[in-house]
Amino acid sequence: MRIRGITKHYYLMLLPGLIWLFFFNLLPMHGILMAFKEFNPGMGIWKSPWVGLENFRYMFELDDSIQVFKNTIFIAVLKMIGNLIVPLLFALMLNEVKNRYFSRTVQTIVYLPHFLSWVIVAGIMIDIFSYTGPINQVLSVFGMDPVLFFANAKIFPSLIVGSDIWKEFGFAAIIFFAALTSINPEMYEAAAIDGASQFKRLMRITLPSILPVAILLGTLSLGNILNAGFDQIFNLYNPAVYSTGDVIDTWVYRAGLIDMQYGLATAVGLLKSVVGLVLISTSYGLAYRFANYRIF
Amino acid sequence: MVEERSFLSRVFNGFNVILLILITLLCVLPVWYTLVVSLSDKAAVSAGQVFIWPKGFTLASYEAIIGDGQFLKSFLISVERVVLGAVITLFVVLLMAYPLSKTTKEFAPRNILMWLLIFSMLFSGGLVPWYMTMKSLGMINNIWGLVLGGGLPVFNVILVMNFFRNLPKEIEESALIDGAGPWRILFNVVFPLSTPVLATILVFTIVYHWNEFFQALVLMTKNENYPLQSYIRQVAVVVDMSKLDVETVKRSVGLSNQTLNAAKIFVSMLPLLIIYPFLQKYFVKGITLGSVKG
Repeated sequence: MRIRGITKHYYLMLLPGLIWLFFFNLLPMHGILMAFKEFNPGMGIWKSPWVGLENFRYMFELDDSIQVFKNTIFIAVLKMIGNLIVPLLFALMLNEVKNRYFSRTVQTIVYLPHFLSWVIVAGIMIDIFSYTGPINQVLSVFGMDPVLFFANAKIFPSLIVGSDIWKEFGFAAIIFFAALTSINPEMYEAAAIDGASQFKRLMRITLPSILPVAILLGTLSLGNILNAGFDQIFNLYNPAVYSTGDVIDTWVYRAGLIDMQYGLATAVGLLKSVVGLVLISTSYGLAYRFANYRIF
Repeated sequence: MVEERSFLSRVFNGFNVILLILITLLCVLPVWYTLVVSLSDKAAVSAGQVFIWPKGFTLASYEAIIGDGQFLKSFLISVERVVLGAVITLFVVLLMAYPLSKTTKEFAPRNILMWLLIFSMLFSGGLVPWYMTMKSLGMINNIWGLVLGGGLPVFNVILVMNFFRNLPKEIEESALIDGAGPWRILFNVVFPLSTPVLATILVFTIVYHWNEFFQALVLMTKNENYPLQSYIRQVAVVVDMSKLDVETVKRSVGLSNQTLNAAKIFVSMLPLLIIYPFLQKYFVKGITLGSVKG
């Protein structure tokens, strides 16, 4: 009897969250219907005529879509690799420093870029890479011609991947720091007594201890293979670099909200959501199975 | 600790420290450069003479910002959004995480609700359906669209819920025996014990609302309703297509107001830079709590 009385209160506690979830997370999902309709703003989502898979067929006929798909995967894969290796190397390097003040100061500073928005970072980058900016000044010292970095489709993906690593490596290293501090110090002492050099201890103790965490993070990141980072690319790209920089999310934004091809943009978005859901479920499944990782 | 004296180790450690210092500098220099540009003379910046130290020191840009009505308005909209967003998110997440932290024995629908949350975290209708829904809900040019439009932050609910589940059960049980109801237990017993995790999600929420620019760009049809980041994007980030060929870039240099933009960028990250040192211990705890569990 007592338990049932409490359950009523639990529902009451959940109510505000469920209302929020319904209106802003779940309700938008009914708009998925637009992917299968020829959307007419005057008629609304429900009354617009059905067209079956017409929007999807059209999507595969567009020249853009293959390129956009390739760009997305290319940028996302490079980011996945860089965002795993750089933080790992950085954490290992900092772990070799035994001065606590030094490593704390370094950590505090390298976390900072993570908290800046891509608008801010883009604003700063555009200044630094501008025609008369510091990077071009340095190039001119070496006798090189100034480069219009943000109008060059060949350079653009490197700028995207590089700036993403710059922004996130410190923050991503936090997990590795946590894993490193949980290594039993007695192992190092025993190894030192046995005569293992600093390098040997790094290779035989530190690296194997931290490898499972790296593999887990790598597995979890597989779910993001279609996410090349909307905020970042949206703030940095322009028509001159669409050929290498346009990704699914930015394309959907332009097709949907600028050109008002609602049905087509919804179809592309839906395909991405479904594939993304499958990929994320798979990577979580793998992480659960092999590393006993649980989200709740 | 182990002492290391070999020559090779010293060389390695020396290189290591130098490299780490360079990496650290690489993280602050861009921010420092922005500050330096904002404090420099316009002409010196256009000529590419400003690097590490301001040239022709002037506060003109900052004086211009103080007189800029739209900048101040956008700043206030951002503050309003952060305050409303933080209070509401914290309250809703706290209320929601508590029943979900119970076992299915204590609260039967718990698992079904969890799967609903996970699903809505991993799957969404996409941009266009989201926009259509927001429009039909009257969220265009409406501050509530910014506060709530990002949707329920499910990840935060899971974070708090996991924290609750690790609290010792005996505390709640003894409160129950003393006659406290679930609301009293939540607010007088569980809440005071949860400051670390609540501070963590408070940090995440503040940073999210302060930095978010895209939803505002889509939902606000009038530029005067832009929060700060959307405003900054418009004045300092959007690349002017007319400047893409070399000659026009050269000519337009000096016309574009780099120093003023740098000042705007710097002021918009200033609140974050100021509270940042106080946040640090919380987000470090938060990310290790959320990612790798012991």
